[in-house]
Amino acid sequence: MTPPAPENPAHEAPAHEAPTDETPMLELRNVSRQFKVSRGLMKGSTNLKAVDDVSLQLRRGEVLGLVGESGCGKTTLSRILLGLMPPSSGEVLVGGEPMSAADRKARARRIQPVFQDPYSSLNPRKTVSQIVSAPLEVHDVGAPGDRARVVAETLDLVGLPRRVADSYPGQMSGGQRQRVAIARALVMRPEVMICDEPTSALDVSVQSQILNLLLDLQKELGLTYLLISHNLAVVEHLANRVAVMYLGRIVEVSETAKLFAGPRHPYAEALLASVLTPDPGMGVPDTQLGLAYPNPIDPPSGCAFHPRCKAATDLCKARRPETIRDAAGLVECHLATPAPLPA
Amino acid sequence: MTDMQAAPAASPTAPAPGPGKVPGKAPAGPWARMRRRSLRHGGVMFGAIVLLGFIAMAFLAPLLAPHDPLSQSLSTRLIDPFWGAKPHPDHLLGTDQLGRDYLSRMIYGARISLTIGLVAMVISGVIGTAMGVAAGYFGGRIDHFVTFVVTTRLSMPVILVALAVVAVAGSSLTVVVLVLGFLLWDRFAVVMRSATRQVRDHEYVAAAQALGMPVSRIVMSEILPNVLGALIVVATLEMAHAILLEAALSFLGLGVQPPTPSWGLMVSEGRKAMFFKPWLIAIPGAALFVLVLAINLLGDGLRDVMAPEGRS
Repeated sequence: MTPPAPENPAHEAPAHEAPTDETPMLELRNVSRQFKVSRGLMKGSTNLKAVDDVSLQLRRGEVLGLVGESGCGKTTLSRILLGLMPPSSGEVLVGGEPMSAADRKARARRIQPVFQDPYSSLNPRKTVSQIVSAPLEVHDVGAPGDRARVVAETLDLVGLPRRVADSYPGQMSGGQRQRVAIARALVMRPEVMICDEPTSALDVSVQSQILNLLLDLQKELGLTYLLISHNLAVVEHLANRVAVMYLGRIVEVSETAKLFAGPRHPYAEALLASVLTPDPGMGVPDTQLGLAYPNPIDPPSGCAFHPRCKAATDLCKARRPETIRDAAGLVECHLATPAPLPA
Repeated sequence: MTDMQAAPAASPTAPAPGPGKVPGKAPAGPWARMRRRSLRHGGVMFGAIVLLGFIAMAFLAPLLAPHDPLSQSLSTRLIDPFWGAKPHPDHLLGTDQLGRDYLSRMIYGARISLTIGLVAMVISGVIGTAMGVAAGYFGGRIDHFVTFVVTTRLSMPVILVALAVVAVAGSSLTVVVLVLGFLLWDRFAVVMRSATRQVRDHEYVAAAQALGMPVSRIVMSEILPNVLGALIVVATLEMAHAILLEAALSFLGLGVQPPTPSWGLMVSEGRKAMFFKPWLIAIPGAALFVLVLAINLLGDGLRDVMAPEGRS
């Protein structure tokens, strides 16, 4: 037996071309997640909307980048997708089928995570082969003899020498550990990988190796990635499309090239402006965001971005903008105009 | 404790990298490393050797003891031990007020202390670890409930409750063991709760959840191995605690009943003659001291030795 072969939909397309398959691999429909936040003794509690009515689709075989500053709900969204946390409302569909909390195992076979910190994501008391074969054991895939072979093949796939199978995470470097984490995610041959800041805990010299590995694996196995990152260079390098998140909402979704060429939402524009230049003389770029990140417990009225938006009008303060879905993607801003449908 | 490492334990025979390992990439698995570190750790070595000595003594009591610990002989009462004024070659540690051989009673007494320590530690360890891990892993209401129960338990003085139960249920070895086992789980629960909360926040637990691992298996294979260090420290602490409490209860006359040889009871019986024959209480007292010290040193050292990221 082998782990389920990846459903490889006519997938010779290079990573930077949008795939064609119609049903989205992974879909979020009006997903919200609230947390109760205690405001202190006798004051009761209030709701924090970490993820607010998000609808998002991952197409088969694409890399969707998800960007946004700390605290905007990126990680909550990924935990909902992984089934680590139920959404307060809305549903998650995998390959068109709704996933409930009860299908933990079914979901696990199709969606796997790669976490941020490889020093925290590997159990220090297990060997590499125990870590990588755990998914096979949990899902009762293959005879014990076969598992060793599958583990060895997976180690080959992520570019680790087979001799590390008996090593412990403590004996490995950060880059090697992240490869082990990727091997653990891949051993069941999932269809979707949720990569939550997969390189931000690594040395710069190792980051590009891991990113290229992820890209190679995606092409080779036809994987779909949700790439969560605040590093825009990483997103530009890997993603086909980018979703920009602000205060629990998706405010823009565009093709990567289009977003980087001309963002439609002022927040996306500010994010792009915030990228540091390699020239140290240039100093810290001015994003013109001015004000600090708003308190998510008490979000601003109207468009949540208006206090920091240089183009905000009275309308922005008063009313929340409609979501515009058009040929170019999605944008949520009073100032944006729908792109004309291609004839 | 770290000073102990300077103690002349086994000299390290250059930690050779295991076969097939990348050279320069030091030690093999945690167990091999733990064994090597233990040999160099004075506290672990002292504790382990002394504890094993006491255990061997308890097991081999019938072979080691020169006399029956219960047989009385009024003609040979209160003989001095070998360092005393009038020692007797048949009774190395002398005899007590009833002429029973003190060495034999000491040897048999180790059985009582170790049995009570081990069984009470296991009972309380199982209760406390289950409660603490559940509270730490699930949080929320379960955590509130466990915290409440622990607080309730902490508000009861152990000795008083033990005395009350023993007074009602009568005193026997079984009663004492059960009472201590059901009273000493609080530290297990508190420590396991916070250790579990720490471990739960590691991403490997989230990874295990994301791959659909059942909760029981997450607890067994991801949580428990990583809180084992803390568990061992608390377990040794509680074992020593239980041994001392048994001695205290026996001293108060509500623990093990005469004529069973228990160190605490021997101190109690020797008390009447302590000004004339101080060794009657000094010998069992010293044995208790050494045993408790050895257990604590062992637990403390094991924590150092087991830490995955090495404490030098």
